[in-house]
Amino acid sequence: MANAADEIAAAMPKTLVAQDTRGIQAYVRSGSPYVWMTAAAIAFAFIITLSLLVLTASRGLPHFWPADLVQGRYQPVGEEAEPLLVEIRSREEVSSERLKGAGMQITDDKPLHERLLVKVANRDVYGADFRYLLSDWFVERSEPENAGVFERVEWGNFHGFLEGVEENGARVADAAQAWAAFDERLERADELRGQIRDIEKGGISSINYELEQLRLDERRLQLKGRTRENAAGDYAEIDEQRKQQQAHYEELRVELDKLKQELARDTLIVKTVDGSEEKLPLAKVLDGYRPNDMGVFAKTIFFFRKIGEFVSEDPREANTEGGIFPAIFGTVMMVIIMSVIVMPFGVLAALYLREYAKQGFVTQSIRIAVNNLAGVPSIVYGMFGLGFFVYFVGASIDRAFYAETLPAPTFGTPGILWSSLTLALLTLPVVIVATEEGLARIPRSVREASLALGATKAETLWRVVLPMASPAMMTGLILAIARAAGEVAPLMLVGVVKLAPSLPLDGDSPFVHLERKFMHLGFHIYDVGFQSPNVEAARPLVYATAFLLVLVILALNLSAISIRNRLRERYKALEG
Amino acid sequence: MTGVQDKTRLNHGIDLTSLDRVQAANRIENEQIALEVENLDLYYGAKHALHGVNMKIARNKVTAFIGPSGCGKSTLLRCFNRMNDLVDGCRVEGQLKLDGKNIYDRDVDIAMLRRRVGMVFQKPNPFPKSIYENVAYGLRLAGINKKRVIDETVEWALKGAALWDEVKDRLDDSALGLSGGQQQRLVIARAIAIHPDVILLDEPCSALDPISTLKVEELINELKHKYTIVIVTHNMQQAARVSDYTAFMYVGDLIEFGNTDQLFTKPSKKQTEDYITGRYG
Repeated sequence: MANAADEIAAAMPKTLVAQDTRGIQAYVRSGSPYVWMTAAAIAFAFIITLSLLVLTASRGLPHFWPADLVQGRYQPVGEEAEPLLVEIRSREEVSSERLKGAGMQITDDKPLHERLLVKVANRDVYGADFRYLLSDWFVERSEPENAGVFERVEWGNFHGFLEGVEENGARVADAAQAWAAFDERLERADELRGQIRDIEKGGISSINYELEQLRLDERRLQLKGRTRENAAGDYAEIDEQRKQQQAHYEELRVELDKLKQELARDTLIVKTVDGSEEKLPLAKVLDGYRPNDMGVFAKTIFFFRKIGEFVSEDPREANTEGGIFPAIFGTVMMVIIMSVIVMPFGVLAALYLREYAKQGFVTQSIRIAVNNLAGVPSIVYGMFGLGFFVYFVGASIDRAFYAETLPAPTFGTPGILWSSLTLALLTLPVVIVATEEGLARIPRSVREASLALGATKAETLWRVVLPMASPAMMTGLILAIARAAGEVAPLMLVGVVKLAPSLPLDGDSPFVHLERKFMHLGFHIYDVGFQSPNVEAARPLVYATAFLLVLVILALNLSAISIRNRLRERYKALEG
Repeated sequence: MTGVQDKTRLNHGIDLTSLDRVQAANRIENEQIALEVENLDLYYGAKHALHGVNMKIARNKVTAFIGPSGCGKSTLLRCFNRMNDLVDGCRVEGQLKLDGKNIYDRDVDIAMLRRRVGMVFQKPNPFPKSIYENVAYGLRLAGINKKRVIDETVEWALKGAALWDEVKDRLDDSALGLSGGQQQRLVIARAIAIHPDVILLDEPCSALDPISTLKVEELINELKHKYTIVIVTHNMQQAARVSDYTAFMYVGDLIEFGNTDQLFTKPSKKQTEDYITGRYG
């Protein structure tokens, strides 16, 4: 014993002033390397996250900024010159060998040449929106103020000079007043287009929906064995309603035709850069502007207007034009339905595991199994969702309740309900684990307080324990949302499509159509990025959509976090 | 019982000249009996924690359990409202009668038992709810939802727990914002709000400062006019100050039980004397 005491005494300092303050050992002991290491780790994570946002934003958002139009003559060596009016999208340095390899006749001996990616637009004329130009050969460049960009319903943008406006074939404005006349007429056209959309989306699609319901009613009667002979009354009613709907449809169609005729009134005369005149019916033109004539302020307003259109409009032209509103809507709605499904299931399962089940080998095994479920690849859940929910549950529902629509499936086909259920299954372990941890943290003293006042176990759980564990449940939900909102692979099997004709939520009763297929931002990125025929047009949209997806997930998470913080404040854990 | 008399009994010196002595000289045989413990054995798994305890708890009196740590006094207290049922592997043999009915009978509804036998714990354990809702909790459990009844009862209980004046303007604030002493009185208010017959106090002052302790002790003296009180305490002075009867326990055995004055002045067992004179514990 004496020896041990001596050794300790020898190891203990004799003075209060450190002898060695400079050596590496002292540095390690001081703890600063660990501080640096931990700080570096968080800084790294932060920078990576930030650069992700900056990258997606910087690649995606400039798409909405009106690029200047450059007019010039493209004169490749040994080929005919060609006048062009283009937006310059990007520049890169390419080695001469590569250019020569591509069959270009490079005459000078510069090792690098600048190559431009330009948007020539006028796809109906040139066949493609984008071209690569060798910068040296693109000569006599100028930025004419009256050069215009016209956004069309089909065939992408049109670049040209507005020469005049025709009304019913008669010239009403020539080059000087053309833009003023155009702006005024565009407003009128927008209004008409709005009315047409209202009739088509609101009126006619409702009528179609009602007619389909009537057809199904009739089919239902037939399936019940009731024919026109023995149930004349029922059939008469259906026929009567059908007649009404048809009459209503006729009215709308007449109105629609009238509107369309009015819309077809105006035509734009646009001169392309090579001098030919094109007629653009105003009905097909959505917007027109002169970027070279716009100041920074006008461009900024334009930029935000385009972003607004991007998040609020339907996609056009194989998703390479227009907006992505249905995808945003589908993503958010799917996540909300998933949350509504996963929360009660997860909380109940956690309650049983933690509060009621006898803690032992079996419970522990189940807990481990649940935790392992979180590691199953999501595509496997997709397979399960397709096999179980769609083909088994969905088909059974169809047979039981939607026999009249068969063989066309109602629920027996991928849809938003099955997607939400599949993702609920996928995120269930996260919610269970988080809730269980929350339950385990409720102090015994509070449970005892409730029991001592004559509460049963169930009452204690319901009135005291669950409210106190609610912040932990929200943590589970936050993790679940973060995982579900970004998941794409399983959705491709159970409900996502590249273009859904109608939203899963609309004005036709029963308003929520859980059987419908839907669009999703994650899948939209994949579709636009990899399945699009127009690669160059799609690229900025991929980034912009990715940026938006991150923002949507962020918004969903922030709202869940704010709820959690409010709950935390309310059910602050007891001290001690 | 007044404050003056309390002070004269500090430091467990008993004021034998006071009128109190006559009352204190009362014997358990002359009291109305609220709770009766008969041959109570308690096991935690294989561990035998209480050995054949027999005692009677007098109605509307304060009975204190004293003894060194781990002697089983809290365990015994928790038998009275069957709180031990929550402990895995806990087994009770023998009888514990509340007004003649064995509370360990199979047909006893534990929730009903606990409504009649309230409990206050060592550490204040208010719910993370408002002050009002804390007191109303037991009422709502009992199915009382009339606002007027609850309002009245909350006020009555908070007054009864000498807390009303301090919190009447902030009934909707969180109970977690109260001080430790206030929280403990809130917990007492919560217990008396449902009008129990018996209140069990498990070292109610061990987490409190001296001033809060004094307030709670005064409260106990008030409450015993209406309720039968059983208190477990580490503090012998406290037992002497507040209780009418005292039980001294040691390693699962009830060593001595009798009226407080007698137990502290003329203990009949050597172990008791050693403990109260501070020779161990």
